[in-house]
Amino acid sequence: MLALYLRDVKLGLRAGSGALTGALFFLAVVAVIPFGVGPDLNLLARIGPAILWIGALLASLLGLDRLFQGDREDGSLDLLLGSRDRHMLALTVFVKCLAHWTVSVLPLVLVSPLLGLFMNVPPLGLLAASSTLLVGTPAITFIGAVGAALAVALPRGGLLVSVIILPLTVPVLIFGVAASRGAVADPDPFLPPFLILSALTLFFAVIGPAAAALALRSSSD
Amino acid sequence: MRLAVENLSGERGGELIFSGLSFALDPGQALLVTGPNGAGKSTLLRTVAGLLPAASGNVEFSGGGETFPDVQAACHYLGHLNGMKTALTVEENLAFWRTFLGGPRLSVDDALEAVGLSEIGHLPFGYLSTGQRRRTAIARLLVSHRPVWLLDEPTSGLDHASEARFSELMRTHLADGGIIIAATHLPLGLGHARELRMGAG
Repeated sequence: MLALYLRDVKLGLRAGSGALTGALFFLAVVAVIPFGVGPDLNLLARIGPAILWIGALLASLLGLDRLFQGDREDGSLDLLLGSRDRHMLALTVFVKCLAHWTVSVLPLVLVSPLLGLFMNVPPLGLLAASSTLLVGTPAITFIGAVGAALAVALPRGGLLVSVIILPLTVPVLIFGVAASRGAVADPDPFLPPFLILSALTLFFAVIGPAAAALALRSSSD
Repeated sequence: MRLAVENLSGERGGELIFSGLSFALDPGQALLVTGPNGAGKSTLLRTVAGLLPAASGNVEFSGGGETFPDVQAACHYLGHLNGMKTALTVEENLAFWRTFLGGPRLSVDDALEAVGLSEIGHLPFGYLSTGQRRRTAIARLLVSHRPVWLLDEPTSGLDHASEARFSELMRTHLADGGIIIAATHLPLGLGHARELRMGAG
């Protein structure tokens, strides 16, 4: 399993430069917002965490449809499916999700404090936004695995994947933004939404790979 | 150890491609599946490998012990696609499959030498020619141990020398008590292999 993780990370770094694509898209989304809403610093600081979350959500959808497609195109998927006695298929999917998250989504989390500065988010808010992203974005990848597995046989499945999984990611977005807001706006609490966000990630870490494994099993032809 | 196929039918997209196939293989035996394009050779192999559900009938594998409870666990499937990543080097690809598939047998270097590619293990897989890619995929059969080899047109793209070398590898596998089912339209140089002729329609 470690071998699979290392292989996918290596592939992601070497071939796709997916990390850079996502980070640049994230930068583009966040950088144009201040131009759009105008130079009202208080307003920017208030919507900053939300914009960071929306940007990270959209950026992490990029490339998600390729999660299994590369393996399908070169025949590796058959071999991964074929060794399901040795490695539980859901676990294989889980490891692939982790590798995808490390390569494509973790850089977004790392650059988010920098982008938060564009939005005049106070330091505590930056910390809150980054930590909620760190905890919440794996859920998006695990949900995305289901969409990617369903659309694995479709050559242009990217849009379909986004449409399938976007509604499911809404709770993650809601609680992620609520927690980041709670850290700065005084009456709102931070811990409850943060804990619910963690629960969502743990929940989808189990449900997502299991559902994706089912979808992959019936997709083979 | 015994691989038995009973009354097997396979279908693609709801259309029955073959039906009522039965055969049984003991250790050291090979079966060549021949027939025109579209006769269902690949479907048969994928069904035996457990990648496609059988329309009816069943595939049984017995005597594999705890390591190989069923055909899927006991087989190497070599399909049309090689299952290698173009961005990784040949050695990285093989090392990954050796670890992931388990039951390591030959080291990566020895396997590459067995298929005559020891010079180019450090190159990215994407730089190789068609025949060299096929030989890398064949090397995968050697790095981890499986008693059953399911081969779909294994020699496509190979030159004569490589074909001869591959025949030798298959004979060694059979002598070790392995089982081979190969779909092919070329003779594979296995003298005593049985033949299953599939007709179109």
